[in-house]
Amino acid sequence: MVEQVVQWFRKLFGGETSSSVAKDRLRLVLLSDHLALAPDVIEALRRDLLDVISRYVEVDEAHSDVSFEHKEAGIAMLASIPILAMRAREPQPEPAADAAEACSSAEETSILEAVSPNGRSDNYGRRPRKRRRRKASGASQTAPAQ
Amino acid sequence: MKARRIVVTSGKGGVGKTTTTANLGAALAQGGKRVILVDADIGLRNLDLVLGVEKRIVFDLVEVVEGRCQLRQALVRDKRFGENLAILPAAQTRDKTAVSEEQFAGIVRGLAEMCDYVIIDSPAGIEHGFRNAVAGAAEAIVVTTPEVSAIRDADRVIAKLQDRKLPMRLIVNRVRPEMVRAGEMMSVDDVCDILSAELLGIVPDDPEVIDTTNRGIPLVLDPTQRLGAIYIKIARRLEGEIIPFTQLGGGGFFSRLFEALRAG
Amino acid sequence: METQRLAAESVEAAPLPEAPQAPAAQADSQPKTRGRAIVVTSGKGGVGKTTTTANVGIALAARGARVVLIDADVGLRNLDLVLGLESRVRYHLLDVLEGRAELDDALIRDKRVPTLWLLAAAQNREKDDVETAAVQALIERLREAYDYVIVDSPAGIEMGFKNAIAGADEAIVVCTPEVAAVRDVDRVVGLLGNRVDVKLVVNRIRPALVRKGKMLSVDDVNSILRLPLLGVLGDAPDVIVATNRGEPVALDENAPIGAAYRAIAARIAGEDVPAPAAPDEPAGFLEKLGSLFGGRR
Repeated sequence: MVEQVVQWFRKLFGGETSSSVAKDRLRLVLLSDHLALAPDVIEALRRDLLDVISRYVEVDEAHSDVSFEHKEAGIAMLASIPILAMRAREPQPEPAADAAEACSSAEETSILEAVSPNGRSDNYGRRPRKRRRRKASGASQTAPAQ
Repeated sequence: MKARRIVVTSGKGGVGKTTTTANLGAALAQGGKRVILVDADIGLRNLDLVLGVEKRIVFDLVEVVEGRCQLRQALVRDKRFGENLAILPAAQTRDKTAVSEEQFAGIVRGLAEMCDYVIIDSPAGIEHGFRNAVAGAAEAIVVTTPEVSAIRDADRVIAKLQDRKLPMRLIVNRVRPEMVRAGEMMSVDDVCDILSAELLGIVPDDPEVIDTTNRGIPLVLDPTQRLGAIYIKIARRLEGEIIPFTQLGGGGFFSRLFEALRAG
Repeated sequence: METQRLAAESVEAAPLPEAPQAPAAQADSQPKTRGRAIVVTSGKGGVGKTTTTANVGIALAARGARVVLIDADVGLRNLDLVLGLESRVRYHLLDVLEGRAELDDALIRDKRVPTLWLLAAAQNREKDDVETAAVQALIERLREAYDYVIVDSPAGIEMGFKNAIAGADEAIVVCTPEVAAVRDVDRVVGLLGNRVDVKLVVNRIRPALVRKGKMLSVDDVNSILRLPLLGVLGDAPDVIVATNRGEPVALDENAPIGAAYRAIAARIAGEDVPAPAAPDEPAGFLEKLGSLFGGRR
């Protein structure tokens, strides 16, 4: 945001000096060079991205790709992740009267359910295991809203 | 090993590695340190020329590696500095694949027994010649100019040095204060910022330096050369002294007049 | 047709400019004869190879010739940066040679001069990764569709240099007026051998210093090298500014050094441009005073 204001300011007051153009170009090109030189970092990023997304949907890992492109204002990451299916859900018991209202919206409910009982997502593209009923103190899970 | 082993490198060619190696070595030698300079640019040697000792080369680094002479025999002493400055020349008729990293490191270790500083002049690039030059070094000086290509290549080389866990410091060479003021050249602060590097020295552009390298006269030997004082400062910083950097372009009217007339 | 396929810019569809009326000597805009393959080299780094490749290339293209520039500095690419095309690099030379990309996808067409294309170097590979025979084959292929294939050589005389000269039958060696550079060019000319037609460009001459005896003259340099002289360039801050912006100075009508590059391009194209004009003089005393008060040089 600050960057954009600064650039607008510069443009308003006439052309940029060549040294400031050079600095901007260098920053971008170094970022791009560093990304090109860090395939292991990019692979780790891809893995983490897949992990997070897999919590919500089932993905085709083998055809997933992360790349970087120069855009107007800088470099953007593009992720192409084919989605195979929504995560299957188990039917839920009737909600107890004192159901913990830790989640208020339907989305939050489905998010909670997508996460495995110990709080971590470990569905690496595999079919979700049968989830154990979570026994939180006094709380049971609310019915999922589809 | 007694000596400090420093590689002078840059990535980009032509930014002043050889000139820096020669003049920094000369400044340290003049200050009483025993210095051996090593030319790692096998096939395109130039350190001997810049120091004016090219006519006295008998043996070179490759011949030492191949066992055709002793290490001491290949050293060419610069008599202007008494016993304090010598160079191990590169071979001119071979190329960089003539020596392996282990062999080069062995040479540097041998030299480190004989002096206080071993300073290695790296060739341009980040390949075989660079890897040789870095092998056996314990610290690095990266030389760059305030130009986009040089900074991009310096960034690459800094990443390689970090991979090898070599501490490094930066010399920004050929700064033109009047162009920096006019916004036509990046400032030293810009360069250090972009590279996230610690500064060792700022050297202004001086086209008359070419004359001194053509003649093989280190700057510290010529009192009319203001750059000699700058290399002496860099040498002292290397030794651990805290010396403020010359504010290029920040002085009053007369210093700016002087700069504008000299720098050109 | 091979010509059209190689020429297609996959992203933009800028129409080719009308080819200028070419005198018989030029043959710039008719790619029916095999194109010329030129390597720009020097031995010593930092003397101006990349700047020369970019500016001579763009000047030739501005005359209507179809020009492709190849950056052979694998691992330390800069031709893209000097041309201001760095943000458009998607694929590079090794992607093409190793079959990961089509030539069409890798060639970047310059938007300012639409008959200029760039094939960038890889940034995360090494020069040894390039196979000489593959480069030669690529250059042969490019010569069928382009008037000029110009290769920007890296510094040194190792694999990068060897690959850059493979396939070229002409060379432009760039030399600055310093002993170290002359010595390196001498070595390189020896390695180029007899089959390559070599011409010299002397870069960064400062006439004032030459007059004071503090710099080698063009004659000093060429009395040792004895090469046909293609051009003489001064040491112009314009070049630094141009590279800052990524706008090659050969496109600048006002910069004397731009005119010098255009003259070199004309000579390459066979025009009989008179002996290299003296490079522009550095600013005089009064101009320097003026610059103290915030004015431009």
